[in-house]
Amino acid sequence: MSGNVALAVAGLSYAYGPKKALDDVAFEVRSGRFTALLGPNGAGKSTLFALVTRLFDSRDGEVTITGRSLARDGASALAPLGVVFQQTTLDLDLTVRQNLRYFSRLRGLSIREADRRIEEELTRFEMFDRLKDKVRNLNGGHRRRVEIARALLHDPKVVLMDEPTVGLDVPTRKAIVAHAHDLAKSRGIAILWATHLIDEIRPGDDLVVLHQGRIVEKGEMSEVVARVGASDLDGAFARLTGRAPTPAAGGAA
Amino acid sequence: MSAKVYLRAFVGIVLREVLRFLQQRERFFSALVRPLVWLLVFAAGFRAVLGIAIQPPYQTYITYDVYIIPGLIAMIQLFNGMQSSLSMVYDREMGSMRVLLTTPLPRWFLLVAKLFAGTAVSVIQVYAFLAVSALFGTTFPAWGYVALLPVMVLTGLMLGALGMFLSSTIRQLENFAGVMNFVIFPTFFLSSALYPLWRMRESSYLVWQICSANPFTYAVEALRFGLYARVEPFSLMIVAAALAVFLAGAVWGYNPSRGFTARKGGPSD
Repeated sequence: MSGNVALAVAGLSYAYGPKKALDDVAFEVRSGRFTALLGPNGAGKSTLFALVTRLFDSRDGEVTITGRSLARDGASALAPLGVVFQQTTLDLDLTVRQNLRYFSRLRGLSIREADRRIEEELTRFEMFDRLKDKVRNLNGGHRRRVEIARALLHDPKVVLMDEPTVGLDVPTRKAIVAHAHDLAKSRGIAILWATHLIDEIRPGDDLVVLHQGRIVEKGEMSEVVARVGASDLDGAFARLTGRAPTPAAGGAA
Repeated sequence: MSAKVYLRAFVGIVLREVLRFLQQRERFFSALVRPLVWLLVFAAGFRAVLGIAIQPPYQTYITYDVYIIPGLIAMIQLFNGMQSSLSMVYDREMGSMRVLLTTPLPRWFLLVAKLFAGTAVSVIQVYAFLAVSALFGTTFPAWGYVALLPVMVLTGLMLGALGMFLSSTIRQLENFAGVMNFVIFPTFFLSSALYPLWRMRESSYLVWQICSANPFTYAVEALRFGLYARVEPFSLMIVAAALAVFLAGAVWGYNPSRGFTARKGGPSD
């Protein structure tokens, strides 16, 4: 694998009371790489994201973002991190610009710099003409694009995307998956993409397979498939999680 | 991180809250109508039957509508504090609170900025209410309107912190409405908002004791003196102490080690 380690998770465990959600999870995400965190519903992906973003705190294990430890450096370690949550987190009553300016201020950008970056990111997503629209008037795909644009405003080194294509139609899914791959390649960003949809993962991507709170495989996708002895990722995923192979989906990748 | 970054984040949080409030006209009108109903209906009825003896800060006999105004200001702030907290529970359910809490700023700072944002909204509501009250003939010395501002900031922060602390203990939106009613009405009625404490003492010693232990009483009294550009140090001290306690509770409640979004079984994925 090429690229520096941008996000490192080591020995991470978490439990909701007696129920263990994550058990000794360890993996790395490298700069310029698209890393898919693949797991069925309930595997622990959202818990892992909550721990990496410091919404939850765990004493068992360590999360390091571009060399800074969450446990040691606290909230300041989140500075190089961009996040796209599974749920829409935009304010529906505000315009696209108001939402993005709000986020820019939270990241300490001046208004002039914020407006420059907002124009740049929205143009990249072909959304600049919707700048003055209320988010309520955008469709799901457009809201998602605005959220991804927002996650990039502060020029992050690592971007976490928690099942960002949930609820979107196939063409929009394809476009967003392609864009995320492009972000990793063209801007050198480390992307961690949580999903349960195997068609969002490409052969050259890095892969972390999470099942029942444990990592059951990790490595480059084609290597994982070969190691498991399956003919494709669908078969490998089915073997690793004990599920029947899924029928062909929309072909997002 | 530089002070400029903190300042920009602070401005961003306050501006967002004010923008949201200005977009929600229904919220503005309900915030205005509630105290006006109390002033124009309740106070008008009691004006004839309830005389208020001369007591500080008043230097002469006053009518009931003048007496009740500080209590209604505190009521606006109490409702606003609870509504801001309701929006925090809503934000948490809907996810936008996550955006705030995943910024590289200390959590105490984010919560304090949120408190100031809610207080800024309550100040707008109070001045709108005072303007309408003045149109109906209930006025105060001009300096009082200015002197009221710092007192309102303090009382607004205290009542907002109370709501924030409560919201940190609520895991689901639907539970919060019940808690709000359980808190708002006793807090308001068991205070000096509607009647002077000495009248309470005459009718029930127990109720008087409860009212005397209620921080809301001291918020009302601080506002009452503020409206006459006077300082009531004891009330301000109690309000500040209550603010410290509630804020500490809220910071504890939103501590990530307590799993701020945790519910039984955790998030679904």
